[in-house]
Amino acid sequence: MSLQSVIGSLDELQEQLTQFREILLANLVMIGEIPAPTSGEEKRIEFLLNRFKEAGLSENSIDDGGNGIGVFEGEEGKKSILLNAHADTVFSAKSDHTMQVSAGSIIGPGVADNSLGLAVLATIPYILQELDIKLKNDLVLLGGVKSLGRGDLEGIRFFLDNNDFEIKNALCIEGVELGRLSYTSIGMLRGEITCRVPEKYDWSRFGDASAILTLNEVINKINDIRLPKRPRTSVVMGSISGGSSFDTIAREATLGFEVRSEAENVVDDVGKIIQDIAKEVASKTGDEVELDIFARRRPGGIPYAHPMNECARSIMNKLEIEPRLAPSTSELAALIDKNIPALTLGITSGDKIHKMDESVQIAPIYKGLAQIIGILIATDGGFCD
Amino acid sequence: MEDSVTDLQHWIDKNTYHHSQFWDIKKLVETKEKHGLTISLCLPTLNEEKTIGKEIILFKSELVNRYPLLDEIAVIDSGSEDKTLEVAKTYGADTYLSADILPDLEPKMGKGENLWKAIHQLKGDIIVYVDADISNIHPRFVYGLVAPLIYREEVKYVKAFYDRPLAVSGGVRNSGGGRVTEILVRPLFSLFFPELTTIVQPLSGEYAVRREVLEQIAFPIGYGVETSHLIDVHNKFGLEAFAQTDLDKRVHENKPTISLGKMSFGILQTFLKRAQALGKFENVDHETILRQFQVTKSQYQQNEISIVEEERPPMIEIEEYRKKFGR
Repeated sequence: MSLQSVIGSLDELQEQLTQFREILLANLVMIGEIPAPTSGEEKRIEFLLNRFKEAGLSENSIDDGGNGIGVFEGEEGKKSILLNAHADTVFSAKSDHTMQVSAGSIIGPGVADNSLGLAVLATIPYILQELDIKLKNDLVLLGGVKSLGRGDLEGIRFFLDNNDFEIKNALCIEGVELGRLSYTSIGMLRGEITCRVPEKYDWSRFGDASAILTLNEVINKINDIRLPKRPRTSVVMGSISGGSSFDTIAREATLGFEVRSEAENVVDDVGKIIQDIAKEVASKTGDEVELDIFARRRPGGIPYAHPMNECARSIMNKLEIEPRLAPSTSELAALIDKNIPALTLGITSGDKIHKMDESVQIAPIYKGLAQIIGILIATDGGFCD
Repeated sequence: MEDSVTDLQHWIDKNTYHHSQFWDIKKLVETKEKHGLTISLCLPTLNEEKTIGKEIILFKSELVNRYPLLDEIAVIDSGSEDKTLEVAKTYGADTYLSADILPDLEPKMGKGENLWKAIHQLKGDIIVYVDADISNIHPRFVYGLVAPLIYREEVKYVKAFYDRPLAVSGGVRNSGGGRVTEILVRPLFSLFFPELTTIVQPLSGEYAVRREVLEQIAFPIGYGVETSHLIDVHNKFGLEAFAQTDLDKRVHENKPTISLGKMSFGILQTFLKRAQALGKFENVDHETILRQFQVTKSQYQQNEISIVEEERPPMIEIEEYRKKFGR
């Protein structure tokens, strides 16, 4: 077998994959309807493990970090390929997780990020068996917990620190967007700034006290930071919350932000500036300004010309998928930290990500799946090393 | 009376299941094949585009592709104006317009019509009916209902009930059906058909039935179909023909009270017709025990409440009154 023969078989593979529609979509619906906020993924992992057991995977278990792991045994089994999907979503367990299936799409909270990724992980062993696809290397399937937000990739990091597999390559799968090809991680620092009006506030200063005003001051100052054009750097102010009603002074306000840069030292420098801003605003206003940095990523990854990358692009081109190259701060970063050549791939197109009516298109899924299985077979064949 | 009550509790203990008892679908399929049974799923629909796709995908994936428990999945539609049939076809269900089945008969509109025509259209030895408006659909809605029929030859009609309280304070709690069940059907059954009070939710829209039973009972077209089934099957085959399975929670849209009035009116018509035909009104002394349900841990118990509606005569008939007021 050669890379060319793998590429040549992709159209047929894509066609064959349509027969798994009900099984994949049923897995997606059932997984999607199990709430899985970060640190509350147990029931999804349990479902995943049941699927692994039903597929007769030789090893399937939940590790001490709470991750669900299944092993699809390879014929040689000396080395392993890791296929990873994070199990958590950004939605609280109290959200209505009902999935709705229409003729062309599935709608529901978390369906794209990352119920679909996890559903593919749950279905892959069944697909490989039914299509009689045999691998040389062991395929380690990992449903990772505590990935998003404050979870800070805790699940996959625990797995990578404690497993006995010799992982030669890894693929991370995300529900959207088909065409996504991430092979580098950028430097990142993620945190929250919380402004509080102190308990003993002098209420005679009527009208000029508000945690929101203080946070506004912080935001303006962060916005004034001069960021270098090279290496490319940005500050993403991603979320804001605070106050309780129209007519009550806000006692607390919080900004969620990320500093991203191609260079680690720039991330550190900007982080220090933000720290100074917090102190400065606190001393000027008399309010408490607390900076909590809870996640960091180091930049790194494989080069554009790396064989794994080239192989992925060839497969995507054959399937007429336009590769969209973008750095990642997700699980890929944990793999890069361990020097494991890895890619993050999307499965289909979606809409309204992180909204209650988040949706995924069904038709492109087969292409996305063919891409993943194609890259998996090519990696297994040693064409990506 | 004491004896029959003991019998009812015995029946409940023997014939009331929880779907989790039937988790081993592989074994279920093996037993089904051993008995040479075929099973058809009927989904009666009218404008259910939001939920029908999910139901078909789940049943097809889990109960056709993975475990061949179902031999047929059919949607019988009353003439939906939305995309119900398009979605159902997309996911591979057999779709029928109710009016196209037995076309020489004058078509009637109603869920009961679809259920009745399913007997003619579908092939299975067992037909399982599941409403198409369930948003938390799960394979248990089918395997929980067909399992008692597969494992026990004498069972002919399995009824669903739903009992998963969101918060339990411990000890004993009340259980039972919805508003129409508790206000109308349970009191009526307590009065005229005490044995049927053993059915926890007589109005649930999900049930699995053997063809030999379905072909012998009449079908009201509207709201009365579930009530009439219970009375007729009980009359022809006795209480022993029934079993019931707890399918946990069922999520669907709640109906406003005004709709429940319409539903009750339909049920009452069906009930009166059958009670009269069976001579139930000829007996002047009817029952005075209302039978409701309560649950202790996982055991369902009938709660018997004696309610004797005593009366006083018109005051004019009381001598003291007449003396006092010179009447």
